[in-house]
Amino acid sequence: MIEGILIGLSTALSLTNILMVMVGCFAGTIIGMLPGLGPMTAIALMIPITYGFDPSTGLILMAGVYYGAVFGGSTSSILLNAPGIPGTVATAFDGYPMAQQGKAGKALAIAAYSSFAGGTISAIFLLVAAPSLSKVSLAFRSPDYFALMILGLTAISAFSSKGQFLKAMMMVVLGLMLATVGQDSLSDITRFTFNNMNLTDGISFVLIVMATFAMSEALTIIFRGKDPNRAAKQISLTELGSIKVNKEETIKMAKTIPRSSILGFLIGVLPGAGATIASFLAYGMERNYVNEEEKQKFGKGSVHGLSAPETANNAACSGSFVPLLTLGIPGSGTTAVMLGALLGFGIQPGPRLYQTNPEIFWSVIMSMYIGMVVLLILNLPLIPYIARILAVPRNYLIPLILFFSVTGIYLMSFNNFDIFLMIGIAVVATFLRLYDFPMPPLILAFVLGGLMEETLRRSLLISDGSPNFLWDRPITLIILLITITIVGWQIFSTFRKKS
Amino acid sequence: MRISPTKFISLLFFVLSVFYLYTAYNIQVFAFDENAPFNARTFPIYLGWAGIILSSLKIILPEKVTTEVNHKHLDYKSIIYLIIISLIYAAVILKIGYFISTSLFLFASYYFLGERRWGLMFILSFPFVAAFMYLLHGLLNIYLRDPFLKYIGVMG
Repeated sequence: MIEGILIGLSTALSLTNILMVMVGCFAGTIIGMLPGLGPMTAIALMIPITYGFDPSTGLILMAGVYYGAVFGGSTSSILLNAPGIPGTVATAFDGYPMAQQGKAGKALAIAAYSSFAGGTISAIFLLVAAPSLSKVSLAFRSPDYFALMILGLTAISAFSSKGQFLKAMMMVVLGLMLATVGQDSLSDITRFTFNNMNLTDGISFVLIVMATFAMSEALTIIFRGKDPNRAAKQISLTELGSIKVNKEETIKMAKTIPRSSILGFLIGVLPGAGATIASFLAYGMERNYVNEEEKQKFGKGSVHGLSAPETANNAACSGSFVPLLTLGIPGSGTTAVMLGALLGFGIQPGPRLYQTNPEIFWSVIMSMYIGMVVLLILNLPLIPYIARILAVPRNYLIPLILFFSVTGIYLMSFNNFDIFLMIGIAVVATFLRLYDFPMPPLILAFVLGGLMEETLRRSLLISDGSPNFLWDRPITLIILLITITIVGWQIFSTFRKKS
Repeated sequence: MRISPTKFISLLFFVLSVFYLYTAYNIQVFAFDENAPFNARTFPIYLGWAGIILSSLKIILPEKVTTEVNHKHLDYKSIIYLIIISLIYAAVILKIGYFISTSLFLFASYYFLGERRWGLMFILSFPFVAAFMYLLHGLLNIYLRDPFLKYIGVMG
């Protein structure tokens, strides 16, 4: 492991890669700060830029963007009560009241320190857990992978559906349907192309991400522009107050950070869970841990209440890399985008990545830690200046997002069919989002579609077409039972609410 | 009878799934693969049925959580303008090249979204695209075909 860490460090600490982490963190912070734009959009916008780099550098840039976007999301939560991403909604519960009390700088500093600590602790966990899990996951066979992918898709549907599980499952099926367009990987038979040559290679992953996130996000902002509920509540962005944290506040943070980090990491490892659930659970857990006097402060600017979700969401970000790096199965929408980017580089993450491309495996882990340090030393002093980004009028912001989306696709294919297709998908996605049809399950399903078909093919061929492969192996059966439990729980909660 | 938008979308998804399933059954596979446990049709057929079952459930089951959208608060005009501009942009990008089409797209988008500071609009379109092209072409070595810039001798 020490050797691996050294390989990772030497790759991550090269001048280009350090520069990429810095650029990534900075760009991610700015994009993540803009309400409505989260890490998925930020990473998607970065994909075309990574074409010119080697895989390690590209991934390091994207990891930086990821962390930066999560931090940026916290900034808009604290300053505007408008979370950039769902994972920072809980941050606003105590961050925004603190900002209203004239302690915006302090709130941002607490968020930054907590994020740093949470990220650092979970990066250490990742360092230890990922290689061990890689070895365990070598025991996985096709039926286990198939069951695991079903579990991941069910879990993300359950967690991202806001109580509308069926809608999320429909999005999963839509994502899988889109993944089947183009040539069948084994027989090369074209499917669902309707004799259009442009569809023979299938629909590009970047196109789907750009359409359903970046472009549709921009269209949604314009579409709902007149909605008074979505209008940002502006507080002073020029006078944020001191960013110094006193001794009492430091002690409070020191108590909160370890438990929230562990919780965040464990939640992040679970397929489909991630930063949002981690932050809410950490907030709830922290409220139960503190004394009665502190409990009363929750929702009114509590240090515990701000530190817990911030620590947990960053810890969950690192945790979500565990299934991606060890099993090749992303646990969240954001890591699904990263998986797509990895596949674009010709790298298949999974248990063998650790052996075949150790420099990528380790440099991503090490760059996460470097990203944390960069976020702290670069972003914290720049907070008063970065915060002004929030004042960028949407009249400029939206066209620029559209410009980056179209350029990203144009750079990939140099034809306009893909641009037309992207506009079409973005318009459909905008209407679907309007009626709460979630997009992360669609993305995850689209990314996993090819792999899922392949593992199902192998499993069915081994079992001679019988569905017995689903319960023949104990691992497969256990994973399947967990999936059934999640579906059962969703049905139960539906009936409970009804009654 | 009034059908809720969610159920209407589910109905559309049902129709899509039926069409998808029909197309899946019509995928041509090799003769020797016809009766294999798994061929190019198998996975799409499962998906088609899954889509039909899920959308049917959504249509049949009563809605306990309804998504209310106030159409008075939706800015249809701006979004239609933006989509039309984007479509025109996609249509002309190959003919007139990246630089001119992108700059005009940005300029027109700013204008239709209500911006009237002409100087700023200009800077954030033509020079901005030029700088971006330099970043791609000059620094990252990513080639962008542009007949216009080639004609005036800026690009090779």
